[in-house]
Amino acid sequence: MDLALLSRVQFGLTIGFHYIFPPLSIGLGLILVIMEGMYMKTKNQLYHNMTRFWVKIFGLIFALGVATGIVMEFQFGTNWATYSRFVGDVFGSALAAEGVFAFFLESGFLAILLFGWNKVKPRTHFISTILVAFGAHFSAIWIVVANSWQQTPAGHHIVGTGAAARAEIVDFWQVVFNPSFLDRISHVYMGAWQAGAFFVLSVSAFYLLKKKHLDFAKSSIKIAIPVAVFASIMQLATGHSSADTVARTQPAKLAAFEGHYEASAPAGLYLFGWVDEENEETIGIQIPGMLSFMIDFDTNAPVTGLKAFPPEDRPPVNLVFQSYHIMVGVGMILILLALMNAYGWWRKWLFEKRWYLKIVILSVLLPQIGNQLGWFSAEVGRQPWIVYGLLRTSDALSVSVGSGQVVASLILFSIIYLLLFALFIYLLNEKIQHGPEMKAVMEEGHPA
Amino acid sequence: MNFTLDLNTVWFGLIGVLFTGYAILDGFDLGIGALHLFTKNDTDRRIMINAIGPVWDGNEVWLVTGGGALFAAFPEVYATSFSGFYMAMILLLFGLIFRAVAIDFRSKQPMRWWRQFWDASFSVSSIVSSLLIGVALGNIAWGIPLDGEFEFAGTFWGLLHPYALLVGVTTVALFTMHGAIYAVMKTEGELQARVRGWINNTIIIFVICYVMTTLVTLIYVPHMTTNLKAFPVLFAIPILNALAIANIPREIHRGREFRAFLSSCASMVALLALFGIGMYPNMILSSPVVENSLNIYNAASSTKTLNIMLIIALLGMPIVIAYTISIYWIFRGKVKLDASSY
Repeated sequence: MDLALLSRVQFGLTIGFHYIFPPLSIGLGLILVIMEGMYMKTKNQLYHNMTRFWVKIFGLIFALGVATGIVMEFQFGTNWATYSRFVGDVFGSALAAEGVFAFFLESGFLAILLFGWNKVKPRTHFISTILVAFGAHFSAIWIVVANSWQQTPAGHHIVGTGAAARAEIVDFWQVVFNPSFLDRISHVYMGAWQAGAFFVLSVSAFYLLKKKHLDFAKSSIKIAIPVAVFASIMQLATGHSSADTVARTQPAKLAAFEGHYEASAPAGLYLFGWVDEENEETIGIQIPGMLSFMIDFDTNAPVTGLKAFPPEDRPPVNLVFQSYHIMVGVGMILILLALMNAYGWWRKWLFEKRWYLKIVILSVLLPQIGNQLGWFSAEVGRQPWIVYGLLRTSDALSVSVGSGQVVASLILFSIIYLLLFALFIYLLNEKIQHGPEMKAVMEEGHPA
Repeated sequence: MNFTLDLNTVWFGLIGVLFTGYAILDGFDLGIGALHLFTKNDTDRRIMINAIGPVWDGNEVWLVTGGGALFAAFPEVYATSFSGFYMAMILLLFGLIFRAVAIDFRSKQPMRWWRQFWDASFSVSSIVSSLLIGVALGNIAWGIPLDGEFEFAGTFWGLLHPYALLVGVTTVALFTMHGAIYAVMKTEGELQARVRGWINNTIIIFVICYVMTTLVTLIYVPHMTTNLKAFPVLFAIPILNALAIANIPREIHRGREFRAFLSSCASMVALLALFGIGMYPNMILSSPVVENSLNIYNAASSTKTLNIMLIIALLGMPIVIAYTISIYWIFRGKVKLDASSY
């Protein structure tokens, strides 16, 4: 089999699996800060019990994130050595900064978060929670810096030619604030907050449905709803802004998002459709002129289409079109659900309507689907480039690695990740079934 | 050897510091893992795991950051070694994944088969990870075939030659000794008495491995000692190393475990310093074509990047070290199992 395809499948599999966990840690991290903050302010024991329960869940998610995260760092070197040589000078600083500024912070203070309840004062514990949540958010910055640089390279120059070409840093801050960074990091954050908020909503709705831990569930829901509403609505804004930037900086990707072929013509916005890549046309329901309007506030403005690019410079169109459109659809449903939750809370039926609680339980899957497909659109839409306009994916592989080795590692990763996923779901379910401990605060005590 | 304290040399040293930090800290985690199956009952096993419970994850970050810094400062070394050692790296990853989830999952279910499975996973993955780290170091010192483009031109089986395996076994022995000493600090009563009994054996095994590795290195890998001979003052390091190792049984005997632990740390610093001095200025030695070796100049990033990273390191690392020490201070003393333990 093709080495490039195998390596891409392996990277896609490992990053897709890894990306189940970091958004949950980021989103849940924020919610933990709010919960423990409420406890610090009110000294209400309920908030303490809530924090302790969600911290346990956080620990499990974090462990899986760490275990699968180290694979990502190794894989740049093992499977994409040529890419690593090309980007090391630029990319490496971000990765090193991530380790020094974020990973140490996160994992260091996680110890206090998980095991320090009886060893430190409540205030110190609360500060640790804040630092872990901050570390989780901060680590996302550096990896998104590196990834955004691949999408919209800036602040560098190319040294050498051919196989010896290297990107070298010229201006660190231009690399960090490359044209797509701010849009993409805010899009990632909102996706992560959605993942965390809908996760808390789902588990709490499960308790309400089972008529267990009612106070716990209601209070958790009341904290998660504002986060879900804010993140879901903001996601529309950051998504729109991201697409705008893609239109300016990666026109071939945008054209693939919308299946827009005409080299330079006004373009509509498809609600759904199917791209016939052979005949270079897209069939579906569209709002005419809407894409032009969204980019230029003019329904007649021309949008660069795929025909403006030679076939070898185009991404796989239908795949990108579908994943992008499903992502947008999921985003819309999440806004609707978030608002329904808030409305139900206000009208006082949210905690009672059993059919609706079932929907809330299932809604945990939607941010996950949205996050996965969002990355899929962004990364597959960048093809055939690994660094947009500078290095092709097919030129970025490890020279010394053969397909046989990648087949072997891919099979092993598939088996092990399947096992890990099954175990994660099993243990998560056990923890949820077991439920929160409802202890009185005095017996917890403080360090003697 | 021409020695100039330029940015490249500074980064060679800093990468060394990061990997030494990793060896000292995750070394005892891996050692506890290697010893895990020697503890028999469930409570003892839990105590051993909880001895590293709050810290193992932060310790592993030293490897992540070391890898990131290697990628940034010496991308050619990172690319060549990680792709050249492909299957070994993948196996190391599986080792680290299994170790991480074994620690986290083990005590979450009471079933016997469940705990036995994760106990075995924890132990085997710790031993395999230590072995692979040592094998990689052994290969780097011995030299691996690189072509004119600095690409690895050998095979996976070629990496498993006797010298590399010897360094691998020595690494396992070193980490096991280090882990046993750490365990004595964190345990009490009957369990501590048993761990104390292991320490002597681990020291003996390590010393045998260490002497063999030293002899084989002197005879078959003479280039690792060239720098040492050029600067005889550096012979202080192997002497200090020997004193540090000799001090371990002495301190254990007197019940001063923390001092024994510091001696073990000092020994690790000395060993890695000898490795670094032996390699300098090379980072991956090419054999048989020595001209294709990667060194701190032909493998490095631009001066600009090395400068930026130095600022990042100088800003970040003092803070990291400060809070790492505070966290160890908070979790000091003997392990007491409670509701939040593994």
